[in-house]
Amino acid sequence: MDISPLVYYGSIFILAIFIGYYVVWSVTPALHTPLMSVTNAISAVIIVGAIVAIGTDTSDSGISGLISKFVSFFALIFASINIFGGFLVTQRMLAMYKKKVKNDV
Amino acid sequence: MFNNLISLDLEASLYLLSGVFFILGIRGLSSPETARLGNYLSMSGMALAFSVTILSLKDYSFINLVLIITGISIGGTIGTVLSKKIAMTDMPQMVAALNSMGGLSAVLVAWAAFLSPGAFELVFNGYIKSSSMVELLLGILVGAVTFSGSVVAFLKLQGLMKSAPVILPFRHVLSIGVLAVILSCSYLMLMGAESSQILFLVISIASLLLGLLLIIPIGGADMPVVIAVLNSYSGFAAAIIGFTLGNLALVITGALVGSSGAILSYIMCQAMNRSFFSVIMGGFGDEVSSSEIKETRPVKVGSADDAAFILKNASSVIIVPGYGMAVARAQNSLKEMVDKLKEMGIKVTYAIHPVAGRMPGHMNVLLAEADVPYDDIYELSEINSDFAQADVAFVVGANDVTNPAAKSDPNSPIFGMPILEVENAKTVLFVKRSLGIGYAGIDNDLFYRENTMMLLGDAKKMSEDISSSI
Repeated sequence: MDISPLVYYGSIFILAIFIGYYVVWSVTPALHTPLMSVTNAISAVIIVGAIVAIGTDTSDSGISGLISKFVSFFALIFASINIFGGFLVTQRMLAMYKKKVKNDV
Repeated sequence: MFNNLISLDLEASLYLLSGVFFILGIRGLSSPETARLGNYLSMSGMALAFSVTILSLKDYSFINLVLIITGISIGGTIGTVLSKKIAMTDMPQMVAALNSMGGLSAVLVAWAAFLSPGAFELVFNGYIKSSSMVELLLGILVGAVTFSGSVVAFLKLQGLMKSAPVILPFRHVLSIGVLAVILSCSYLMLMGAESSQILFLVISIASLLLGLLLIIPIGGADMPVVIAVLNSYSGFAAAIIGFTLGNLALVITGALVGSSGAILSYIMCQAMNRSFFSVIMGGFGDEVSSSEIKETRPVKVGSADDAAFILKNASSVIIVPGYGMAVARAQNSLKEMVDKLKEMGIKVTYAIHPVAGRMPGHMNVLLAEADVPYDDIYELSEINSDFAQADVAFVVGANDVTNPAAKSDPNSPIFGMPILEVENAKTVLFVKRSLGIGYAGIDNDLFYRENTMMLLGDAKKMSEDISSSI
């Protein structure tokens, strides 16, 4: 494949924006708050970047390699807060949405 | 040391799959029935992305695994505790705080990649490739703005900082100056300047400063838009880093989150009839000067007993809740009142304005918490025509979103804003603490109408009193 990674990922990015556009418009306004908390959680998929950085042998790049590991450790912590907090609070909210009980009408 | 438990093709395909999970997860939110399943799908997508990353690590040394497990345990515990403790009224703060975490981790990952470019295969001829460098710089910029902006939004929402806009002198000049610093440092870095680490640090700090400058001038009334915008930024930051790391999950997710935040900000701006640009420029929601004109028109004030009498004799009632209801913690007593009315065979529904809460969809969550079934709740466009047939519109804690001036007075600051047309109901019962003005600082013409009865007092106390006299 001779196309550059920028064009490759760029194409996927643009298409994903279109998917996002249509998918998000289909979300009912009643669930906009859970939408925000869940998108918040999934944007923390950046955790994979932190893990890659930690899980690399940086012994040959000296001090900056060490700092890199240190920095990505904190990235990992913050991203995990975002993931756990986001998903669990979404779950908590969604559990509260109830339909009308039949004999209520 | 052993490399790559799974092939690169498999790795990329699995990341793509986790992106698909995220898409389906968001799609699940199209109805409350499928929403819970959707959340599980999103969680699975995240678990998949995580597992793939672990399986394709380059160095499985003991210390690395310990670091990963420790980091996730610490973050996971904090996140779990936060999610259990947070009150539903505080959701906007929670989202702002989580957003800041996302922005910060984007910045830190960009730093990690900058410091050990070999780990991410960004090196070409001994230097970081310039395309990767541009991506890293953009990632830092967007991530840092998300972080510091979200922190300011959090402080304002939490009341740790005045929610009124802070207008610094020469703020536009200042912002442009900071932007110029970022651009020139970036240029120097791309030209291969020495001491690139210092330049990178300067860019990071300047970007943080830019985030502060952008959000500080925005007032409390515009916070729903700000949260949505920052949400969108955090997505784009993730996507940009995804380009650098060549990671499909990040690119897809970032695009989804970016467009979600952008759409929500658009919806919020529409609901307030404000242009996106004017929100970003800030200054709205200023404290009102005390020199406002004293209103002398007569107002009809009623008691809880009067209200109970009117409600009992109605056949259809529409409740219009606003954020004031949540502040007074009146959801539950309101629900009890509604239950009593329903037992008497009266049709009761809820009408919600898009900006009724402090963030998109906030009021729906607050009502869901009070066990109000979601099929009793209607959006502005669904219910507006029903007011004309309703006997009573019961407005509690909402004000500006019911102000008829938005339709009739071109000089009003909220002119053109879509409102709930409560004035068309036979009787309007308006619960309010006092005859003060609303959040936007505008007098509400509705108070002086023939068919309006003001119920002055605390929303919670008032609903309880009405319940007991029904």
